[in-house]
Amino acid sequence: MLTILFDGIAYGMLLFVLASGLAVTLGLMNFVNLAHGSFAMAGGYITVVLVNWLGFPFFASLPLAFAASAVIGFIFERTLYVHVYRKPHLDQVLFTIGLVFMSVAALDYVMGSSQVFVQVPDYLQGQFNFFGVGIGRYRLLIIVICGLLTIALQFILAGTRFGSRLRAAVDDSRVARGLGINVNRIFAFTFAFGSGLAGLGGALGVEILGLDPTFPLKFMIYFLIVVTVGGTSSITGPFLASLLLGISDVAGKYYVPTLGSFVIYTIMIVVLIWRPQGLFSRASSR
Amino acid sequence: MIPPRPTILAATEWLSARARWHPLEFVFWIVAFAAIWLMPERHLILTEIAWLALFALSLDLILGYAGIISLGHAAFFGFGGYIAALLAKYEIVNEPVLALLIAGVGAMALGFVTSFLVLRGSDLTRLMVTLGVALLLRELANRYGWLTGGADGLQGAIIQPLFGTFRFDMFGHTGYAYSVTVLFILFLIARRLVNSPFGLSLMSVKGNPLRSSAIGISVDARLVAIYTIAAGYAGIAGALLAQTTAFASLEMFSFDRSADLLLVLIIGGAGYLYGGMIGAIIFKVMQDYLSALTPQYWPFWIGLVLVVIVLVGRDRITTWTTPFRRLAARLDWRAARRAAAASNEGQKP
Repeated sequence: MLTILFDGIAYGMLLFVLASGLAVTLGLMNFVNLAHGSFAMAGGYITVVLVNWLGFPFFASLPLAFAASAVIGFIFERTLYVHVYRKPHLDQVLFTIGLVFMSVAALDYVMGSSQVFVQVPDYLQGQFNFFGVGIGRYRLLIIVICGLLTIALQFILAGTRFGSRLRAAVDDSRVARGLGINVNRIFAFTFAFGSGLAGLGGALGVEILGLDPTFPLKFMIYFLIVVTVGGTSSITGPFLASLLLGISDVAGKYYVPTLGSFVIYTIMIVVLIWRPQGLFSRASSR
Repeated sequence: MIPPRPTILAATEWLSARARWHPLEFVFWIVAFAAIWLMPERHLILTEIAWLALFALSLDLILGYAGIISLGHAAFFGFGGYIAALLAKYEIVNEPVLALLIAGVGAMALGFVTSFLVLRGSDLTRLMVTLGVALLLRELANRYGWLTGGADGLQGAIIQPLFGTFRFDMFGHTGYAYSVTVLFILFLIARRLVNSPFGLSLMSVKGNPLRSSAIGISVDARLVAIYTIAAGYAGIAGALLAQTTAFASLEMFSFDRSADLLLVLIIGGAGYLYGGMIGAIIFKVMQDYLSALTPQYWPFWIGLVLVVIVLVGRDRITTWTTPFRRLAARLDWRAARRAAAASNEGQKP
């Protein structure tokens, strides 16, 4: 029972790191980015290549996955995404679906279509018993890393100058521009950072979620659920939403396996109908 | 009696000109039906084009005319397909046309129920809800494997001969004649629909929901109605696929299918009825050609086309039709005659 809760929390934390970049993109620019999972997949494959092929230690590959995904995100943002910000939602959807299809087929071509695994160091494998609760070492690591990241994110957003500029740009980009805040640069940086986080999440998630070229399609709906259910006005909303999603998904698959993902989709639709602006957001955000 | 004012006359003239048949439309349908006899070796791909065109027409009704973005239109497609396949497999309804109608009505019922979900919220909410409905149905079809065959698909359906006489053959001859006839009939209904006051009110809802409700259009009721109708169209398209291939699979519900459909409609151009058909022809020919080159990596090319279309601009993409439209305008001798008459009218005191 508690083990399931623990696994659910780990899963939820992982989802949060994967989706937090998307929360900012959607909230800041009102941009529907369905291709967010592609950046996560990029991070995952970079880790696989580094660890399995080049023999990097697992921990050294994580920052590299973050950096590489951030760079990829930055390049895409500057060259392609900037042209699509001002277009209607339909165009954004088409554009990002196109990117997803391209990334899926391209990775299929380069890496093959089968699922890949990463060699996790021995001391991270297995479980240990903690007052009768079976705790997976790797999952504990995920909780620790993601927890630290969440605290750091919260600090950056709430405590730094960059964070206050970002929040100003989220609330009203026109006034923010008027105050001399370079919204475009902030956005480029945030996009790169969000892609980097997605890449890191992808790298951490190889062991738990599995990685194959259809990753962006499989998890797109999960990211969107986190963001739409959590709302985009704060970082705590998506955080709580991803914990909820992680726990209910793990518990649902354990207790009522016949229903599968049925529970998740139903909950999502109900929440969206009940509160279209998200469960944890202020009523008049947009 | 008050004489009709010139603006009303002009508006009536404009409206009836919209609804009038263009000569090229006759050419289009004559070619489509002539293909039954002229291109017998191509009937399999032509059948695919026919149901894809119907499916795209259905999306056009809600996207092009009512402005609802849907990422889960495959829900109705798959639902209709499974109904048709199940009816055939358990020999409940042996007449394909009747089964097709039942599939359409079933999909309409589903569309009516789910239409209330898309009334609220922004584009993003609609995207998520439509996508969620399609995923739910797929999950259901997967779970109830005793009925639907699960991941293996629904096999063993035998489609009885059409009207008890025309047998579905493996070369798709009957299939194509059947599909193109269904497409034509449903096209006629859709054409009547979008040119009716109902269709015009839909376009005003798309343009500005707030103002439309201010001039007395009940926005929600219109959206429910068109969503239901479009769902029925999609269901019939799915049923056509199921009947012509005697097979239904989970893939009918897939996200890829909804996404491909958006591409089909965007290539052809949304907001006019031929957009979906032209898009379907281009898409299938492209798919036939490209997947012969690299069968596995065909999604890459879809993605590339989508990205390029958006970056170039959707409006600019459809300008490739401008020379054809100009040609079409010149071909339409009746319109030219009317224009001449109108200018004469204007010169009179």
